[in-house]
Amino acid sequence: MAALWRRRRRLLGAAGLCRTARALSGKPEYDLLVIGGGSGGLACAKEAAQFGRKVAVLDYVEPSPQGTKWGLGGTCVNVGCIPKKLMHQAALLGSALKDAQHYGWNIAHPVHHNWSEMAQAVQNYVKSLNWGHRIQLQDKKVKYFNVKGSFSDPHTIRGLTKGGKETILTAEKIVIATGGRPKYPIHVAGALEYGITSDDLFWLKESPGKTLVVGASYISLECAGFLTGIGLDTTVMMRSIPLRGFDQQMASLVTEYMESYGTKFLKKCIPTKVEKLESNRLQVTWKNTDSGTEETDSFDTVMWAVGRAPDTKALNLETVGVKTNSETGKIIVDASEATSVPHIYAVGDITEGRPELTPTAIAAGKLLAQRLFGQSSELMDYDNVPTTVFTPLEYGCVGLSEEKAVQCYGSDNIEVYHAYYKPLEFTVAERDATQCYMKMVCLREREQRILGLHFIGPNAGEVIQGFALGIKCGATYPQLMKTIGIHPTCAEEITKLHITKRSGLDATVTGC
Amino acid sequence: IIHYCLIKSHKEAAKYEKKVMVLDFVTPTPLGNSWGLGGTCVNVGCIPKKLMHQAALLGQALQDSRKFGWQFPEEVKHNWMTMTESVQNYIGSLNWGYRVALREKKVTYENAYGEFVQPHTVKATNKRGVEKLYTAERFLIATGERPRYLGIPGDKEYCISSDDLFSLPYCPGKTLVVGASYVALECAGFLAGLGLDVTVMVRSILLRGFDQDMANKIGEYMEEHGIKFIREFVPIKVEQIEEGTPGRLKVTAKSTKGNEVIEGEYNTVLLAIGRDACTRKIGLDKVGVKINEKTGKIPVNDMEQTNVPYIYAIGDILQDRLELTPVAIQAGRLLVQRLYGGATTKCDYVNVPTTVFTPLEYGACGYSEENAIQKFGEENIEVYHSHFWPLEWTVPSRDNNKCYAKIICNIRDNERVIGFHVLGPNAGEVTQGFAAAIKCGLTKEQLDSTIGIHPVCAEVCIRSHLPIPASVAFWDKHNLGR
Repeated sequence: MAALWRRRRRLLGAAGLCRTARALSGKPEYDLLVIGGGSGGLACAKEAAQFGRKVAVLDYVEPSPQGTKWGLGGTCVNVGCIPKKLMHQAALLGSALKDAQHYGWNIAHPVHHNWSEMAQAVQNYVKSLNWGHRIQLQDKKVKYFNVKGSFSDPHTIRGLTKGGKETILTAEKIVIATGGRPKYPIHVAGALEYGITSDDLFWLKESPGKTLVVGASYISLECAGFLTGIGLDTTVMMRSIPLRGFDQQMASLVTEYMESYGTKFLKKCIPTKVEKLESNRLQVTWKNTDSGTEETDSFDTVMWAVGRAPDTKALNLETVGVKTNSETGKIIVDASEATSVPHIYAVGDITEGRPELTPTAIAAGKLLAQRLFGQSSELMDYDNVPTTVFTPLEYGCVGLSEEKAVQCYGSDNIEVYHAYYKPLEFTVAERDATQCYMKMVCLREREQRILGLHFIGPNAGEVIQGFALGIKCGATYPQLMKTIGIHPTCAEEITKLHITKRSGLDATVTGC
Repeated sequence: IIHYCLIKSHKEAAKYEKKVMVLDFVTPTPLGNSWGLGGTCVNVGCIPKKLMHQAALLGQALQDSRKFGWQFPEEVKHNWMTMTESVQNYIGSLNWGYRVALREKKVTYENAYGEFVQPHTVKATNKRGVEKLYTAERFLIATGERPRYLGIPGDKEYCISSDDLFSLPYCPGKTLVVGASYVALECAGFLAGLGLDVTVMVRSILLRGFDQDMANKIGEYMEEHGIKFIREFVPIKVEQIEEGTPGRLKVTAKSTKGNEVIEGEYNTVLLAIGRDACTRKIGLDKVGVKINEKTGKIPVNDMEQTNVPYIYAIGDILQDRLELTPVAIQAGRLLVQRLYGGATTKCDYVNVPTTVFTPLEYGACGYSEENAIQKFGEENIEVYHSHFWPLEWTVPSRDNNKCYAKIICNIRDNERVIGFHVLGPNAGEVTQGFAAAIKCGLTKEQLDSTIGIHPVCAEVCIRSHLPIPASVAFWDKHNLGR
């Protein structure tokens, strides 16, 4: 026994000695270790590898309470942007089927949507991306570990596999990019046991059926939107305002459209409990804060979309002194993405005060790598980051909301140009364009620089992208007016905006 | 006098309390087709074209939808009449809308053919032949163009043009489209998308004047998606085999490279070989307005003024100007503001964006690659390009290497973006904003520092790295010695 043990110990010791030797010799194993294989982490790692550095990425997905897990790529690829946009597309195609009949296509009824077929197609594509990422890392000679990382000391990370096996890794520089996970309203009885989140929705093998989505975030509205679009009975429960932080006039138009599109809304309501019925359905009880009454209904699925929390608990940040925001739990970084510990950085959703968007995480990660290893000094510019909410009627924006602009400059100093328009494709399709709207917020002084642009309509992301570039170039209202429109598109209406809110005139676009 | 859709300029002039009159008249096509107020764009151009293009796109959407879980009976057919009726109804509402708008702005409208008879005087002849004379202080000619015919036996009797296509009261069936213009390719594109057997006969190159690299990609895509191309042939004779709606036509064509002669049978022959300005029969000689004898187009100065000081011209009839609705509208509006509103702004014809609504749409702004090389020299140009796979195409397994974007920069001028080209879905929506940015003097550096919106096609045009497999899309510097 003793002999066996000793032998094993010697073996372990040998491996351990190897690493310890290196550590003792003072040279960390890696130039860069990235914890988190999502948008920010992968971008940073791959860029660093381009400079010939020894880079490792740790990625690990703690299964959701419902048991869902996924592969390399992070939130965007697995349970965010990608599956979201694909399911949004499925819903849009449902509308297209209706439109098509007006355009002469004879589709025999009935028309049904099969969740399993869609889910499988989406999940297969996501898996191909997981695979693609692994190949990419291999090609770029970035070492990948499917382990859960935590700090042992400032330059040492302890990685644990699913089975509990331990790996010790040391690095000169470390980047934390562990992102966030959906929050559960744990004060609501049954929330954890019976509810799902966006982590689970995209991986469901069977249709979620009659669904209650709780939350007023873009995640809530986007999910409720596509669920409605594929034909499911969907309700959104909101505590107060929709899309907090976004331009509120636009947010109202978004939810108005969803209502006319068929999504039910329970406004000013908060859930109190979720119980499971014998039929396996879920009984949800909530309080209507307006009327003070308690109401109840049953659903097949309850999805929580009440916010996301940073994934920092398991990292052991206190051991190394990385400071986090006491309220949000997010990691505090400076303009160069550095944490309170000089050689430890953070990018992506985990960082305090940054937009929670894939493109910003990617850009920040890349620029960080370029600064660390490539002699660059370029900092990330978080101003005027465009974004799009992929609700049934999409909302794209860049720059300041009207409220923000008024707050910063005063309503006397800004001019808001706006227009209600009708996409040409809606005409023959006899679709309602009541909420198709755009507005440009400009400074009133001579130059009339554009502070913010907001657009609701089809393909909002495609429309806004180029204008975001313009705003980056300091675009002014006169410059936009000099730009000739492309006809017939929705985007051209932006170059024709001329009615101001101040004038009080009818802002409906007429004719050609 | 105005011949069509420059309602904006008349409304603009009326704003300044000027007494304005509009004369609009549509000479029927050889096959007898005519239409209401609004001009080419509204009646036989942009509007019906985009709607029919949309119908074709929806056909594709139907196929895609099955991969996204939508289930419906296999057989889906397209009904031409249902579509055309809807389109024509919408156009009718626009014609009506314009008449109302003119009335509201107190612009006098007459549905009559206008021609100059002497200085400051125009004769207006209506459908019934009744003539009236009108005098005015100033005149604005905006008579636009009409499709050109081949001048071969059978062309006017049996062939149709875009003037007829959008109101055709029967499905065109197996169609031969003659021409390589965007009109030819857009029409061929949507006809094929609706399920028709389409062939395009091209004399030489596609989309003359456009970036040829992009033009070829468009043609390739169309060919790969079932549209037949007959290259380097021109029709020499069209004969009727059988009458009908549609009938059967025999087309004889000769090679441009030799003596080979081929024959083909089609239900419909659509001519889209170019358009001719409507300037030959409006009495311009009576008032001394000079036109380009060869093209019929009217040369104007940068204030849209002809050689006769009180006569102006805008739109498709202008020499050396783009034949686009938004350009005509902008020019018209600014002209009136200068004449009556004391403004001095001239129409900016530089970096006008445009989109070709072929099955794979093409948006462009600025220089083509060849023009950029010619103007600035190959060594002073840098071209950045990338193929991309729209996320919406992944699940239905649509082409993963056809969509393409390229940006041309002038190295000598701070790597200023001087050309933008994108081939992909919603190209028009994508291109519009880039055109605005180019107007603001966009440089490559500013492009690189702008964050993309994810996941949309447009973000590929910005240097953002997408979390997708390496095989699919990435930017690289592309040296012109390909």
